[in-house]
Amino acid sequence: MNLHVAPQSSTPFESGPAVVVSNLVRSYGSRVVIEKLNLRIGRGEFVALLGESGCGKTTLLRALAGLDPIQGGRIVAPRRPAVVFQEHRLLPWDSLWRNVSLGLQAPAARERAAEALTEVGLGDRLDDWPRNLSGGQAQRVALARALVQQPELLLLDEPFAALDALTRIRMHELVRELVANHQPGVLLVTHDVDEAIALADRILVMRHGAIAYEHRALRDGSTPISRAELLGELGVISRSPN
Amino acid sequence: MVRTAFKLAAGGSLLNDLGVSLLRAAAGFAIGAAVGATLGVLVGFSRVAEAAIDRSVQMIRAIPFLAALPLVIVWLGVGEAEKIFLVALGVTFPIYINTVLGIRQVDPKLLELGRVQGLSSLQLIRRIILPGAMPSILTGVRYALATAWLALVVAETIGAQSGIGFLAMDAREFLRTDVIVLTIVIYALIGVAADAIARFLERRLLAWHPNYGAPR
Repeated sequence: MNLHVAPQSSTPFESGPAVVVSNLVRSYGSRVVIEKLNLRIGRGEFVALLGESGCGKTTLLRALAGLDPIQGGRIVAPRRPAVVFQEHRLLPWDSLWRNVSLGLQAPAARERAAEALTEVGLGDRLDDWPRNLSGGQAQRVALARALVQQPELLLLDEPFAALDALTRIRMHELVRELVANHQPGVLLVTHDVDEAIALADRILVMRHGAIAYEHRALRDGSTPISRAELLGELGVISRSPN
Repeated sequence: MVRTAFKLAAGGSLLNDLGVSLLRAAAGFAIGAAVGATLGVLVGFSRVAEAAIDRSVQMIRAIPFLAALPLVIVWLGVGEAEKIFLVALGVTFPIYINTVLGIRQVDPKLLELGRVQGLSSLQLIRRIILPGAMPSILTGVRYALATAWLALVVAETIGAQSGIGFLAMDAREFLRTDVIVLTIVIYALIGVAADAIARFLERRLLAWHPNYGAPR
């Protein structure tokens, strides 16, 4: 597989794969959800995964995160990928900095958390409670919590789906910046075609537990993709609306 | 009645009886809470422990308090041990049930997050499970404070030589209505104080919780 990675001169990482999936099989009982799936994401590469509900994209993400057992194949992933879920999943009983530093095995946890919160624009809210945050702010804290671990692989499971349109656009900006600074490999699971086009280096469309379509090199604009083509791949345009 | 209170207080016997009662309640509460919380944590975490413990606990819980009284007296005699045991018995169940419930009610999504963040089992308990179960556990504490008093009244009316319950029984013998009313008032006041303690704990430990925390 020819890998497209766009390493930047400032990148602290070697450009190598952040995750390699080969012949992955995932099933619930007799129902096979993912069948012999292959995927490779480079460090610093931003991959968006589109697909209809129930096509197995969240299942794939959970398998990569090590949250669910797999029934076949191999996943070579960093020991601990970072995950941002659709819900912020902040601990309501902990202050923001305690939330961000959750699981951080390092001295000066508060300082590290403060840096991460500053990066997402909440550096003045260290001791605040999660309940005082708006949806967008809470999701920013969740991003900070993921990035403070300096992950090689960042898994985003529709993290902006519950946000309003304006907040979502601001979040896109922020994610772009953060990924450029930290250079993790990113897998973004999303329903939003425009989000995928705006953020990804490579767009995958998943159908019936396999990757049915792939389009690469988007962010630099060299190979523009049409929205219509993607929607067609997702089966939205060709079918009659219901 | 107020005069009676002063007279008894001046004689030292009221304070003495009150102190004895409080001490019994505190000891029984501590033992009962420790047992209830330990069993609750075990059952909350482990299906095996649940299979082994839960049914027996529920059976003992179903026994009316007064039905167990003769057996307790036969076993432990009529002394301090019997009174503290009865209080502990009354305290154990509300703490146990609410601890199990609280642990079961912790949001599985937060537990999953803990795994994603690489928490060890111990960190998972300390950072996510215990705080998540705390509202329910404190409800148990509050309920247990009430049962502790109830148990103590029952225990002290039988063969006690001191304590508020003894005071009441003693007064009954001599038809001292004023003393009887006084003891009832004292029980009420202590109930209010216990509730205040529970509220204080809730405000401190659940400051994060929109329904419990300090008023805005």
